[in-house]
Amino acid sequence: MNGTHVPLAEGLNALTAGFVLLSAFGMVATRQVQGVMRFFILQSAFLSLSAFLIGFSRNSIHLWALGAITIVAKVIAIPWVLKRTLPGDLYERREIDQALNIPSSLLLALLLAIAAEFLVAPLVAASADVVLRVNLPIGLAGILIGAYSLIARREALPQLIGILAMENGAFFAGVAISPDLPLIAELAVAIDVVLIAVVIGVLTRDIHRTIGTTQAATMTELKEEPQP
Amino acid sequence: MILIIAIFLPLFAALLCWLKPLRTIAWGTTVLCLSISFAMAVVTSAHVISSGRAVGIPGWFEVDGLGVLMILLVSFVCTLAAVFAGGYMRHSSQRERLWWFYCNYNLLAFALMVVPAFVDPNLVWVGVELVTLFSVLLVAFESTPSALEAAWKFSILTIMGAPISLVGFFVLYWAYHGIGSGTAETWQSLHAMAPMMSPNLLKLSFLLVFVGFGAKTGLAPMHTWLPDAHSQAPTPVCAVLSGIKTSVPLYAILRLLSIILASPEARIGRWMVVIGLFSVGVAAFLLLQVRDYKRMFAFSTVEHMGIILTAAGFATQKSDYAAVAQMLNHSITKSLCFYAAGMVLLALGTREIKDVRGLFRLSPFVGAALLLCALAIAGAPPFPIFLSEFSILSAGIRSGNNTAVAILAILIVVAFVAIMRQVNSMLFGKPALHSTAEATPLSCRTAVLVAAIPVVVLGVYIPGPMHSLLQLAAQQLGGR
Repeated sequence: MNGTHVPLAEGLNALTAGFVLLSAFGMVATRQVQGVMRFFILQSAFLSLSAFLIGFSRNSIHLWALGAITIVAKVIAIPWVLKRTLPGDLYERREIDQALNIPSSLLLALLLAIAAEFLVAPLVAASADVVLRVNLPIGLAGILIGAYSLIARREALPQLIGILAMENGAFFAGVAISPDLPLIAELAVAIDVVLIAVVIGVLTRDIHRTIGTTQAATMTELKEEPQP
Repeated sequence: MILIIAIFLPLFAALLCWLKPLRTIAWGTTVLCLSISFAMAVVTSAHVISSGRAVGIPGWFEVDGLGVLMILLVSFVCTLAAVFAGGYMRHSSQRERLWWFYCNYNLLAFALMVVPAFVDPNLVWVGVELVTLFSVLLVAFESTPSALEAAWKFSILTIMGAPISLVGFFVLYWAYHGIGSGTAETWQSLHAMAPMMSPNLLKLSFLLVFVGFGAKTGLAPMHTWLPDAHSQAPTPVCAVLSGIKTSVPLYAILRLLSIILASPEARIGRWMVVIGLFSVGVAAFLLLQVRDYKRMFAFSTVEHMGIILTAAGFATQKSDYAAVAQMLNHSITKSLCFYAAGMVLLALGTREIKDVRGLFRLSPFVGAALLLCALAIAGAPPFPIFLSEFSILSAGIRSGNNTAVAILAILIVVAFVAIMRQVNSMLFGKPALHSTAEATPLSCRTAVLVAAIPVVVLGVYIPGPMHSLLQLAAQQLGGR
């Protein structure tokens, strides 16, 4: 920012953005379902904090509403719904099986974050908007890291949290590029996200009941080749 | 007002199915509400044909030619599939939860109808996600391990696209308001402002939405969930999923494509042709080695989605007309295919192509239905798909895409041969494993007979109002 004056709210927003990215790394680095869930809640809380801060600096009631919606939907409703629908043993002290080990995963997440910075560089180069230059690359990094953990993890619940983390990344970018989205659209999107959690939660419970495991890697019955 | 009734009646029906005292008559409620909804859709389309546009709630629910065509197709397919479900679902292993099935089914019908009616693209995203969620629940309905596996793959692959397409819509909003447009963002206003918007942002937005919704449409290489979901779901649901659910995200892609085509970035049509042809190719060769007849019809859906996208990519007025005609013909024919496949499953209890032999001898009615729908979906004359595929090819030649047309023609022939070879082996020969076939329920036969009417008629005669509706719909695709 070349030493130009940055207002306090936007400086704090940059700090919050750092925490959003850190929680994304935390989700990749944690081996336990409960821990991944905690980092997701943390990330959602920082997302709404960012919406409040930008709402404050731009005087936008929309962003205040978005922050409130995020807290209700992602910090309260989704963890509660998942706790209600899923049996406890899915949650507690469950070690996640994943394709790459944790250090390499973290390295890959770091590379994804750097790639995100370069990918959006041509889009934000022309803009003087500080918020845009912070939120867009970090939002994109959130999406990419979420997608990575979705692909690398072989357990149903962490896969769901991966999708929700991608959604968080999308919103984090969204508060910067479409701050005055009609309130009804924001509300509908939030309800949609909660519904995603409910549907996948119910599906996970049924899979746990019927198949006895929620390891997505064991579900390979349907394919084109002849079965032995 | 009539439009609002058409859209919200399925939601009301879902509520009725959920109420405890009415659970035993859930099927009747569903069929009644959906057929009223279909009648309302017909009235709305008559209105659109005469005045070009129908308004439900100004600024929220408005339809033009393309929107009303989609609503008409959704209500047609959903009504007949509900009739078919009456006899079919009685053989389900989850009979005591049927009210839950119909509740979900109505919600899916509602979500499918609300997407083409929304004027705000951001709400279209919400609608498409709702469609996905209710379909996941319906695919998992039987609760067998393979149904749950299919539902899981389906949900992960398609819901993963949700955040990606959401960013796409955010970027679209950015592109629209970045140029200082004060009015609300609707498909119409986007179209009007497209020449002024930043081409880079438009391209980025289209790319993101295309990745997210392309997965839901079943375009290769993101099609892998489709055959699983469409083979494991209860057959009436397959008819809805294959017949119309894949077309609804494609509708949103085509809307966005028409906006891009109105901007200086018109070259994107070429890419649509390439991606469309890739889907057709993948599907055509997978059709050759398929073992399960429900999966066969599912792969044929991938093929047809590719054909529609290719036609839209040619981006001329003629090819746009052919694309919407193909969409219409695919919906009515593919749902018929799944009714026939469902009857085969009820009659013989197997999904394997190699276990079905001599179907004509075992059950002439089911055999005749399967032969009719296979010829129609593969594109034999005089069926409607032959007409629309032929006009896509000729529109392609007129627009100068000779190579693409040649490849498309070859792939269509490969798919034709593949489907006919598989169906041939099911229809003729000596019945080996089965000596008798179970009788098919009356409601299934009724659904097949009614669904066959447009498939037979539209191939030889397109009524005047239908022709003008297709023309109105084609205008929305923005070809020159």
